[in-house]
Amino acid sequence: MSADTKQNTITIDGQEIPFLAGQTIMDAALAAGVYIPHLCHRQGLTPHGSCKLCVVDIASKSVTACTMPAMAGQQISNNTPALNEARKTITQMLFIEGNHICPSCEKCGDCTLQAMAYHLGMLDGHFPQFFQRREVDASHPTVMLDRDRCILCELCVRASREVDGKNVFDIAGRGTNAHLIVNSTSGKLVDSDLETSDMAAHICPVGAILIKKSGYKVPIGQRTFDLHKVSEIGLEKTILTKVRQPDE
Amino acid sequence: MSMSSAVSNFSNMTDLLRSVITRIYAESPYLLHVLYALQRKFLHISDEAVREVAAHLDLPTSQVDAVVEFYAFFHKIPRGRYDILFSNCTSCGYMAGGVDLMAMFGRRLGIAVGKTRGDGLVSMDQTSCIGMCDHGAALLVNGMPITSLDGPMIDSIAALVEAATPLEDWPAEWFYVEGNIRVSGLLLKDDLSEGISLRAMLALGAVGSLSEIIQSGLRGRGGAGFSTGMKWQLCRDAQGAAHYVVCNADEGEPGTFKDRVLLHSYADSLFEGMTVCAFAIGAKQGYLYLRAEYRYLLSHLQSVLTRRRELGLLGVGILGQPGFSFDIDIVVGAGAYICGEESALIESLEGKRGIPRVRPPFPVTHGYLGQPTVVNNVETFIAAAHIVLRGSAWFRAVGTGKSVGSKILSISGDCAAPGIYEYPFGVTIRQVLDDCGAKDVLAVQIGGPSGTLINRAEFDRRLDFDDLSTGGSLMIFNQARDLLAVIVNFAHFFAHESCGFCTPCRVGTTLLKNGLDKIAGGHGTQYDLDEMQRIAALVKYRSHCGLGQTAANPILDGLQRFPQAFEQRLVHSDEPHFDLDAALEEARQVSHRDDTAAHIK
Amino acid sequence: MSKIRIATTSLAGCFGCHMSFLDMDERLVALLEHVEFNRSPLTDIKHCGPCDIGLIEGAVCNAENVHVLREFRDNCKILIAVGACAINGGVPAMRNHFNLRECLEEAYVNGVGVENPQIPNDVELPLLLDKVHPIHDVVRVDYYLPGCPPSADEFLKILGDLLAGKAPSLPYNLLHYD
Repeated sequence: MSADTKQNTITIDGQEIPFLAGQTIMDAALAAGVYIPHLCHRQGLTPHGSCKLCVVDIASKSVTACTMPAMAGQQISNNTPALNEARKTITQMLFIEGNHICPSCEKCGDCTLQAMAYHLGMLDGHFPQFFQRREVDASHPTVMLDRDRCILCELCVRASREVDGKNVFDIAGRGTNAHLIVNSTSGKLVDSDLETSDMAAHICPVGAILIKKSGYKVPIGQRTFDLHKVSEIGLEKTILTKVRQPDE
Repeated sequence: MSMSSAVSNFSNMTDLLRSVITRIYAESPYLLHVLYALQRKFLHISDEAVREVAAHLDLPTSQVDAVVEFYAFFHKIPRGRYDILFSNCTSCGYMAGGVDLMAMFGRRLGIAVGKTRGDGLVSMDQTSCIGMCDHGAALLVNGMPITSLDGPMIDSIAALVEAATPLEDWPAEWFYVEGNIRVSGLLLKDDLSEGISLRAMLALGAVGSLSEIIQSGLRGRGGAGFSTGMKWQLCRDAQGAAHYVVCNADEGEPGTFKDRVLLHSYADSLFEGMTVCAFAIGAKQGYLYLRAEYRYLLSHLQSVLTRRRELGLLGVGILGQPGFSFDIDIVVGAGAYICGEESALIESLEGKRGIPRVRPPFPVTHGYLGQPTVVNNVETFIAAAHIVLRGSAWFRAVGTGKSVGSKILSISGDCAAPGIYEYPFGVTIRQVLDDCGAKDVLAVQIGGPSGTLINRAEFDRRLDFDDLSTGGSLMIFNQARDLLAVIVNFAHFFAHESCGFCTPCRVGTTLLKNGLDKIAGGHGTQYDLDEMQRIAALVKYRSHCGLGQTAANPILDGLQRFPQAFEQRLVHSDEPHFDLDAALEEARQVSHRDDTAAHIK
Repeated sequence: MSKIRIATTSLAGCFGCHMSFLDMDERLVALLEHVEFNRSPLTDIKHCGPCDIGLIEGAVCNAENVHVLREFRDNCKILIAVGACAINGGVPAMRNHFNLRECLEEAYVNGVGVENPQIPNDVELPLLLDKVHPIHDVVRVDYYLPGCPPSADEFLKILGDLLAGKAPSLPYNLLHYD
């Protein structure tokens, strides 16, 4: 290996991976087909770094892979028992903070949070439930907002601003009171400029934002995560959210 | 009410809102200031007010809404005409000598915590430390501090509120806040006379001034200890349309009150230091971000700025120096500890929620409005002003190793003489405890809840960046204290102040709070204690910013140094995660039952 | 060799997990060579005696659930939370979105077709908890068997592991929450 290429690589779990200037650890890893678990990250949107599923260790320092620039020579631990245990605990935190009742959710089988839990071998929520009371907004003719399932990843916030050229969503409140809000005079989705074709209407990794009249169309056994592991889907380079039009 | 009068009332309210918003925004074009004015005038910020502010400031409604819901001092439900906030700090909190002064006040006025009385006269709540820790129990009434509270004062205050006596007619001495400077060192001997540092700065030139700062070895006084000279140099070298100087006066760490005294008595030194920084990095605009709890200092600080403008020490062509223009605006926060984190502070300055940014990039290259920005502590700027005046050697002569100069401490808790103490770096804890008259000390919290909790065996440790680093808070707990109660208090503080951005801190701080409450309530088991350890480690290592990374420190330090404080509360049988009998209470009420089967042991 | 003794019950559940257990079909015959059932809807034994394994379906929603759960914990060496409701409240926990008074008033006072509206208060009726809880909020749980319901294969896998003296584990393809 020449000195030139040597300068532009990072090492993840012993595997040497090239990177380009400006790439994050996550960018480089995904480009090389190395899966780092993530929930709030989607290629093409501004990295956020809030879910902390993508934490990796460099020496003994915890780093968020989706926001940390790749730098030559980084020795990164990713797929280790200790890190996956931390990720499982973080996933459990997300489950007990919200109200995630998989059997009654039409995102079941297509839900990245659920698939992440499978990936990490999570059997239970472990911690006492927070029992938060969060509002449902069914006002919009084609899009449903069930905040019980929101994990505050802000993918919809970013998709609306950066892809749709709108500003439909934001987060309000502090700490465990943080919650998704809608940018409209009434605070309701129906008075916002959200449209069914917006990426923000489709990007939700959980069942918080759903397209109405499209649930349960795909039978059990054929849903995204019936067919694929989250570690496969997470490597996809294009935005993968299924766009099912309500009239389909 | 007829339809027409309802409509006309609506229209009057809209007009009123618009006139207030227009006036305030013209005076001070900051979202936080507009919202504060609305909160004061209307005692809450209504949905309509949110919409009007958004329209007038050309912001998304959701951004204004998000800001209102983020800061503790903004409310969507009306507060009382007298809004009383009791500090819940372990040093200046409402528990005074075992008496719950907040509960007492509530009984006098018939009002519950967090509520507004039916007649709208008064509301009462608790709030995070208000920086009056050297004065005993303290509260804010409509933003004005009253300290040294006791039972008789609570009675007097309740009577004044009940009689709707205007604040101007309350005893003036109640609102006087003593400085309590006990030991003066390098920086506290005197407030620099106007312009003296600036003249030295002009003589040195920008590069020379910066060089003095670098050579002085000055490190940030907020606690992290980054080299001030290097920070300024990086900012100076950074490309940008404008450079900014920001003073972090969001002194929110419980037990810290030195900035309160510095802002009150050393404001000229501070503004000299900020101006030196502006000269060194090429900034034309500076901001003082003042915590809302210190709003009572605002008019004083404004008058100092006005005087300095009149003297040619701020504004265009400072001290006749062509091309050197700089001015300072004061922006007042609205109750959020997280805004002491520099990137969250910048977000707040920009009229957003105080969410810490992803770093890198750092503020020195991408700060306020995305431009190169220096953010320093009040004490750091004051030190810089002195260094430019007296030289780096003068500064380096004091301190130890890589911790040069002095540190100003806010000492509170169980001691004879709480107050402000300035020591050379390297002073031992034992020396400090002797000087302030602390007896029978059980533990000392260095650097506030986010710092380090130490025990008696560690009193020979030193205050410096290499041993015990501190932003200035030093809270003393004697043998009579229930240390677990202290740690529980800190856990509640962090859960309340977590911004909610990242999962480990948002959920973890609340899990820690709930778990500690269970243990302190006599229902915890060894399992719960092990869980505390595990969650605490996760919160510490995996959180996004300094708040989360330090929030578990009191628990981890406590478990390591004072395990008996936890263990003596444990029960040795399986315990449910919740109070089973209490969980039946609602059903008992709804069904009017109270038989044996309507209870669970 | 004496048989492994198993008890089962459903708290706030739909007995779907029990039905799924029976989906073992003929494999149940082989299993019964190694196990016998104590308290269970399959035997109609009303109280739990000393057992090796307790399988709990359903969430904890009332005082009786608490008593039954404690009886199982006291008598079973190993307690397994079976299915979504036992593990996180499941469908019964959807009432947590409302407060208890709202739920009872909707069911017994304001609901469509209610006659003689009143909230039941007979002392024979177990009182409802204000929230529906997973069973690990009340007792210590040893293992979790997720699914709504867990498939017969999952029951066989987890019981097979225990019979073999191993710590039970589910392969990826058997792990699901629905």
